[in-house]
Amino acid sequence: MTGKIHLNYVIPGDDFTRAGEASGEVKKKLKQMGVSPEAVRKVAISMYEGEINMVIHANGGTIDVDISTTDITIVLKDNGPGIKDVALAMQAGYSTAPDKVRALGFGAGMGLPNMKKYSDNLIIDTKLGYGTTVTIVVKIG
Amino acid sequence: MTVGELLSGNDYIVISKGKEATITGVYCCDLLSIAMSHMESGMAWVTVMANRNTLAVAQLADAGCVILAEGVTLDEESVRKAQEENITVLASEKPIFETALAIYEKL
Ligand SMILES: Nc1ncnc2c1ncn2[C@@H]1O[C@H](COP(=O)(O)OP(=O)(O)OP(=O)(O)O)[C@@H](O)[C@H]1O
Ligand SMILES: [Mg+2]
Repeated sequence: MTGKIHLNYVIPGDDFTRAGEASGEVKKKLKQMGVSPEAVRKVAISMYEGEINMVIHANGGTIDVDISTTDITIVLKDNGPGIKDVALAMQAGYSTAPDKVRALGFGAGMGLPNMKKYSDNLIIDTKLGYGTTVTIVVKIG
Repeated sequence: MTVGELLSGNDYIVISKGKEATITGVYCCDLLSIAMSHMESGMAWVTVMANRNTLAVAQLADAGCVILAEGVTLDEESVRKAQEENITVLASEKPIFETALAIYEKL
């Protein structure tokens, strides 16, 4: 693997039929590149949770993925409502997901805890009324 | 047991025939972010949550196959997606526990 690879995705809000496609594409790409199954799994889980959170809670946004020889950095940026209490949102089981998305299987309040567990670094930068930027770093190898 | 062997038993309705894989275990949960994190790769995932997001989680978590219990089914669009993504999806009329137990006993 030489040089850096950059991928960019625009994620529409409230579209549950397409949600997860960006994460699926990145997963396939990393697998093709020969990245270890463990790192691929970490990226797949943490990116999917971030992607789906943007769709459910923030009316969509953008995702930038940078792949270097040492790590994968995923930046998920939205202009949604922001997160009032990040420590509370990080707690397993905390969820404000509306009933219509709970009916689809979301709302366990495990997305952010999963992102923490399956990344090597998780940074949540959020401002109420302006939006949220989540940065996930997964180390390779 | 492989996915192929599971299919050959005629115990299920085959909704989508996907990639061949060795089934490493059975996993049951309907909440996607719990399944996503706790299901191990290669497991047969038994659930009643039948939609596109189920397929996304199955693909991302490398499920061996998806088995829809209690007679639930996928809409046509999702069936196409499952085929495109090479995900085996089976359906059973039985409840989750019985469906999972039957696979467990064959592992
Ligand atoms: N991008 C975001 N914008 C605004 N709020 C968010 C965002 N991401 C998460 N949240 C808030 O944090 C809460 C917890 O998120 P988390 O992903 O852990 O659970 P969930 O999305 O509600 O359910 P699950 O992920 O288990 O399906 C959400 O219910 C929501 O209130
Ligand atoms: Mg979530």
